[in-house]
Amino acid sequence: MSEELLRIDDLHVAFSTRRGMVEAVRGVTLTVKAGEMLGLVGESGSGKSVTGFATTRLLDAAGRVTAGKILFRGQDVTKLRGDDLRQLQGAAMSMIFQNPRAALNPIRAIGLQIADAILTHKRISKEAARAEALDLLRAVQIRDPEARMNAYPHELSGGMCQRVMIAIAISCNPALLIADEPTTGLDVTTQKVVMDLLADIAAARGMATILITHDLGLAARYCRRIAVMERGRIVEEASPGILFSAPQHAYTRRLVAASPTATSRIEDLVTEEERERYAPIVSKSRREPAHGTPPLLEVRKLAKRFDQGAAAVADFSMTMAGGESVGLVGESGSGKSTTSRMICRLIDPSEGDIVFDGQSIGHVAARDFHRSPLRKDIQMVFQDPNESLNPRFSAFDCIAHPLMRLGGMRAGEGLRKRVEECAERVGLPLDLLPRFPHQLSGGQKARVGIARAIACRPRLLVLDEPTAALDVSVQAVVLQLLDRLRRENDIALLFVSHDLNVVRMLCERTIVLRNGGIVEQGESRALFDNPKTDYTRKLVEAIPHIETGPMLAAAL
Amino acid sequence: MVRTGLGATMVRAGRRLLSSLPALFGVLVFTFLLMRVLPGDPAVFFASGPNAGKEEIEQIRRQMGLDKSVPEQLVFYLSDIGHGNLGRSMMTGQPVLKDLRERLPASLELTFTALLIALIAAVPLGVIAALRPGSIIDHGVRLFCALGVCVPTFVSGLLLIYVFYYLFGLAPDPTGRIDVFTSLPPQRTGFLSIDFLLAGDFEGWWAACRQLILPAVSMALFVIAPLARITRASMLVSLGSDFVRTARSVGLSWRKVVVTYALRNAILPVITIAGIVFSTMLGANVLVEKVFSWPGVASYALDALLSSDYAPVQGFVLLMASLFVLVNLVVDICYGIADPRVSIE
Repeated sequence: MSEELLRIDDLHVAFSTRRGMVEAVRGVTLTVKAGEMLGLVGESGSGKSVTGFATTRLLDAAGRVTAGKILFRGQDVTKLRGDDLRQLQGAAMSMIFQNPRAALNPIRAIGLQIADAILTHKRISKEAARAEALDLLRAVQIRDPEARMNAYPHELSGGMCQRVMIAIAISCNPALLIADEPTTGLDVTTQKVVMDLLADIAAARGMATILITHDLGLAARYCRRIAVMERGRIVEEASPGILFSAPQHAYTRRLVAASPTATSRIEDLVTEEERERYAPIVSKSRREPAHGTPPLLEVRKLAKRFDQGAAAVADFSMTMAGGESVGLVGESGSGKSTTSRMICRLIDPSEGDIVFDGQSIGHVAARDFHRSPLRKDIQMVFQDPNESLNPRFSAFDCIAHPLMRLGGMRAGEGLRKRVEECAERVGLPLDLLPRFPHQLSGGQKARVGIARAIACRPRLLVLDEPTAALDVSVQAVVLQLLDRLRRENDIALLFVSHDLNVVRMLCERTIVLRNGGIVEQGESRALFDNPKTDYTRKLVEAIPHIETGPMLAAAL
Repeated sequence: MVRTGLGATMVRAGRRLLSSLPALFGVLVFTFLLMRVLPGDPAVFFASGPNAGKEEIEQIRRQMGLDKSVPEQLVFYLSDIGHGNLGRSMMTGQPVLKDLRERLPASLELTFTALLIALIAAVPLGVIAALRPGSIIDHGVRLFCALGVCVPTFVSGLLLIYVFYYLFGLAPDPTGRIDVFTSLPPQRTGFLSIDFLLAGDFEGWWAACRQLILPAVSMALFVIAPLARITRASMLVSLGSDFVRTARSVGLSWRKVVVTYALRNAILPVITIAGIVFSTMLGANVLVEKVFSWPGVASYALDALLSSDYAPVQGFVLLMASLFVLVNLVVDICYGIADPRVSIE
């Protein structure tokens, strides 16, 4: 098994853009042995996907290998043309992509798509190809494969689509499989099932696999060797145990620190030298509310039905005190986003009531709620920082907009001061305020989104997966920021997330949702350490933790 | 599975049809009122001569029912429509329904042929342009499209006549659907090119096609641009999509990637645009019909409008509105068949 399958030698890839050539990969050297699973880890823009695409020759028209070699079984892939290349693609190496649903042809039955791949490389009849496709669907453990042969991607779940994608990728028994963020965007439980399947198939067929991911935990769980990339270079390569217990490179140290683990606290997420940039948290002791004051938020028997379908949320009740942080977790479809939107009064509940600070707001129509004086008390931070900012508003306008609409402020000195105050509060450099969203990085956009939400001094902040689209190092900073806001400004946080590690750190209490109903709730640490229901236990176990030292050795 | 998809599409189409009935009614009333508001008195126009006496005009008015109030006229008109009577044209002296029925196939044949030519030209042009964006071919296609849109159809029509009829003598005399000496085939579809084929008269078929080609091309030139542009745009999206990358990653042949994966997805918006283009062409081909003396409905309606002949204009607008509804329906059904995702809405 020590035979060298792939050797990437000093690879350079450049993209021609409007601002000239940009080097995405600068000098990557890697080897993959037959049958091994190698983790390629890094944050967005580190060049890990580009390395994968260069290897499978799927770079965009703008991208070009400018130097270096990619030797696959001794043959330089970068020099292949025409038929030689097609012999390689699919038959000798194949690829699995992020966002499985988009990666499948939406108007072609999946059976045909698998058969297409088979027929490209084997001279067999269509019926034989169909039979093979059916076998592959069985191999990737799709239930009721005969019926699924005629299904279209939109009729399948994300996890199912990724299985179909795996079936296509392994259809011609390639020697090398490159999986580019194969489980990003899938639920943790689905993620585990798909990754286990992938690992099993790779092992059974002796396929070498390169797992490209931003998730150190995931790579640690499935790979024996991990290469860490930063800005187009490989900065460190080691076994997971060594990487996590004794990271050599400064970037690896930062990355390891920022990756949430079962025991980490928010303060641990950034390294010592970074932490010094921030003032220490002024921890105000929270005033015990006087006896008899109503809770900040009380939700009673909330339910939501869309059209004539089954209830998306049913019988949901909860209370929150001022300055408290509550996590709302569950898989996709569990109704957590629907619940959070009802509480924000962005959609109308079908039944039940929402009482905020003693006032019933559940019956104010969502479209009229913007006129309510309570609108500025309940604000929201959305999932995708790119999509939730108006592309025609500068960062300043984004933050100023709610102040003018809800706070009644006029353009002028006062507004400018308040906007700058908010920007400073979230750690957004003031010279970035005139910029437009496309001129900001993901983390900066997230800060603008948070600054906008806190501009009117809300008492409740509802956050819908605010860090899901961010790199771990950025996520670490954003989480710290949120925690400070809660402690220093007494803002209550309702945090919707599928990332249990994050919820565990940030939230005092956690509510677990499944199919629109509450499965379990309680104090976060107790709930995670000692889940009472099977469902919660399954969720907790599915999180890829970074296991260091003896635990890992035991696992091997 | 296909069956349920098709069934759902049919249900959707039926619902669409029902929901368009109020719009059709609105069109009816609106056109009726519009005609009454327009200047010009039909009684004066249709009187025996410019010196017709007051009594004669009054008599014609009474005959035509114009002495009644507008609401009364509207009620009479609507009840007539309800009985399938579109009124009588003062110009031709025939029932409007009969006139339209005679002329509609000519217009439809012309429009269909033009759309077919446009699609056959536009889709490959769009695909080629999308495969090599920014290349000479792409710019060439863009220039061609721009020219097609810039030149009005009657100018391009006249130009075609000048070149192919006057200079080279390739095309026949550009008047009407068929020259007067050819005996007509028994009418089945009303489309001459099809009727001749059904009758087995290939000489006649060739003659009809020769008459058809120039007006159809001049109409097609005008609509190639939007079709080619939308094909190019959606093809670019398709080619850059994840599933095309997947197709390339397993080494599918170039043809399979471009045709089966990219083009089939890219063609969906083209279907929608083709429907809109077809509807527009039907109404707007009056210029071409005039230039080529094509005996279609549009030129009929224009003549009626100029002579304040209410019934044909109202009939024409109703016909166009109904056709528009029908075309949308067909587009819907095509879309439902082409895209399995539609049926779940």
